[in-house]
Amino acid sequence: MSLRPLTTPWFHAPAGHEKLWLGLALLWCFVMSLMMPYWHFRGKQNSTGEAYAVTPADFLARTEKFVEANRVGTFRNTVEANALVPELPIAEPPPGGDAYITGRMWQWWPALRLRVGETYRLHLSALDLQHGFSLQPLNMNFQVLPGYDHVLTITPTSKGEFTIVCNEFCGIGHHAMTGKIFVE
Amino acid sequence: MTTAPASSSHALTAPGVPGRVCGTTGLSVCLDAQRFIKLNAVVGIVFLLLGGIAALLLALTRWQTVHLLPADWFYRILTFHGINMLILWILFFEVAILYFACTTPLNARLFSRKVAWVSFGMMLTGGVMVDYIILAGQADVMMTSYLPLLAHPLFYLGIILVAVGTLIGVFNFFATLYVAKRDQAYTGSVPIVTFGATAAAIIAVVTLLHGAIVMIPTFTYSMGWTPQPDPAWYRLIWWGLGHQSQQVNVCAMVSVWYLLSHVILGARPVNEAVCRTAFVLYILFINLASAHHLLVDPGVGATWKIWNTSYAMYLAVLASMIHGFTVPAGIEIAMREKGYTRGIFGWVTALPWKNPALSATVLSVIIFGFLGGITGVTLGTQQINIIAHNTLRIPGHFHVTVVGGTSLAFMGLAYYVIPLIFQRDFILRGVARWQPWLFGLGITLMSFGMSFAGSMGVSRRSWDIDAQGIYGPAAHLWLGVLGIGGVLAFLGLLTFVLLCVGTLFFGRKIGAGTAMSDWGTPPALAGSAAGSLAQDHYATKGTIVLTILFLACFAVYYFANWKALADVWPVR
Repeated sequence: MSLRPLTTPWFHAPAGHEKLWLGLALLWCFVMSLMMPYWHFRGKQNSTGEAYAVTPADFLARTEKFVEANRVGTFRNTVEANALVPELPIAEPPPGGDAYITGRMWQWWPALRLRVGETYRLHLSALDLQHGFSLQPLNMNFQVLPGYDHVLTITPTSKGEFTIVCNEFCGIGHHAMTGKIFVE
Repeated sequence: MTTAPASSSHALTAPGVPGRVCGTTGLSVCLDAQRFIKLNAVVGIVFLLLGGIAALLLALTRWQTVHLLPADWFYRILTFHGINMLILWILFFEVAILYFACTTPLNARLFSRKVAWVSFGMMLTGGVMVDYIILAGQADVMMTSYLPLLAHPLFYLGIILVAVGTLIGVFNFFATLYVAKRDQAYTGSVPIVTFGATAAAIIAVVTLLHGAIVMIPTFTYSMGWTPQPDPAWYRLIWWGLGHQSQQVNVCAMVSVWYLLSHVILGARPVNEAVCRTAFVLYILFINLASAHHLLVDPGVGATWKIWNTSYAMYLAVLASMIHGFTVPAGIEIAMREKGYTRGIFGWVTALPWKNPALSATVLSVIIFGFLGGITGVTLGTQQINIIAHNTLRIPGHFHVTVVGGTSLAFMGLAYYVIPLIFQRDFILRGVARWQPWLFGLGITLMSFGMSFAGSMGVSRRSWDIDAQGIYGPAAHLWLGVLGIGGVLAFLGLLTFVLLCVGTLFFGRKIGAGTAMSDWGTPPALAGSAAGSLAQDHYATKGTIVLTILFLACFAVYYFANWKALADVWPVR
């Protein structure tokens, strides 16, 4: 009984339908457990969490140096509602090279131009609060913390204009914190 | 009722102990426990109403066409909503459930009135303090308050007070269990309701200790006494509080499922050993689920993520899958023993669907399992999380577990507990009969709206999606569904609160020895015999069909997500 103490010996091994369900449920749990190591070795989308300690000032200096060396143009925002990012430098890293994006209230700086099919090491960090790197319309999402240089080894496989949205609350201008990646 | 030995000082049958015998159930009720069940439940429902009003404002803001609140108030009310719902409403109600589970089913009296007062006082002070600071605009930091985002010190102090107050209440629960056992207030093993509540209490202790470990240095940092804790460290420990606390809810909710199915239909667990093992699995493995929130974080390795989310995590999932079978199986057997044996699902159609506690329980099982469970396990898969982290899919998931599952089950419980503890019959019983349906429908719609908008990339905790200029009409449509669902759910919640408060003031008094009005129980048909199917292990035909259907839905959703993941850019 659910409400009264049990007095009789109550231990029984599962049997019948219950045993069947236990077996099926356990089997399904094994399938799910094996999917993640399988994808880690055979799949192409994995978050391995590669990261290095960095101070915000150092990261900003590295980003600025990267922009200076690789600047190829300027992005001018045409979305009227988003006045926070009127203009961004566009930087194009060499294929296989390092690219930097700094998150701060309330912009992703700079914009990037990438080549389809090439692989890049994208460094992400924040200067002030935690931010969320959300690449739209692909819908790929990564966490960005101050003090951590988060390295994503990415290979763009589709061309077009991609918008980086911040999806970790970072204050009043959070909804308008956007950045750009152009893939050609 | 068990007759306790004369030496038993802690049993309600001992001379000089304040108690009463419930006129409806024949169970003995400890008057001290009853007072604190009342206090905690009523305060819990007040916080539920506050959180619900906040929910309505939020739904009407994310519904992009209405877009009600300005940005600063949206984030303020979002913080307020999370704290009131996930911490205050649920913790107060759970303390009430704990006090019930350690006294009434064990024929025991509450260990200490003083301890209960201290616990209640600290929780209430902390709760009011946190709410005040948020509304004063001093803590727009969201439920998670991720560092280095900083709130007013009183915000952290308030949460610490609530956590410590709850720990003291949990101590009262364990002390009651211990003394009741020592004084032999009952004989045999504790009933499954108490067992489940004990599991919830054990997880609560681990959870609240995480809360103390993370909130105390944050409080001292906010006062300027200590350096800033590392943000990644904060996230790790915070989720030991954040995700685990929701597992306290799961344990309490499952206990309520067992309790209500027993009270309404006379259902009992098919196999006590299996049900209890499942609760133990929660205790052992659930802490690993905290890793869910760090799946796309820097500095956390793939091995750590896979270990925490796969191998051991799924043993906690297994526990939920076990309860998802044993609860309906218990109901099916009880119904078949009453003579409702027609076909595979004849027992389902014969259930007393007009009984709000039954509909709340069934809806809670279905919404929690089919929507919350399936989405939760999928989103918590290491790699799939890449396409879901911090999007609206996440609140789409936890609103069906915590609101559609736990809150709905607690509402169902209230339809029995209020008449039994406050000794007043419910007013407007016709309205009560459709309240769980309205609430369940609203929450389901809202969750669909959130989940689909989230899979289109709409992020959570964002005041506006038009500033980005990238979301099309489909995303706006799903946000509209979110808004409409939110309004319906709020109406369901408001109905519930008005029914409860109205009953406390205007409900017909149930005197000593009078039974409460029946919500609806299926009568036993001629020729039926209680306990006749106790040894028939193949009597749960309907349940096995339903659970296999569940597994099929699970597998389809799970692999569809892998397919969606395979379509995005390669990343390591």
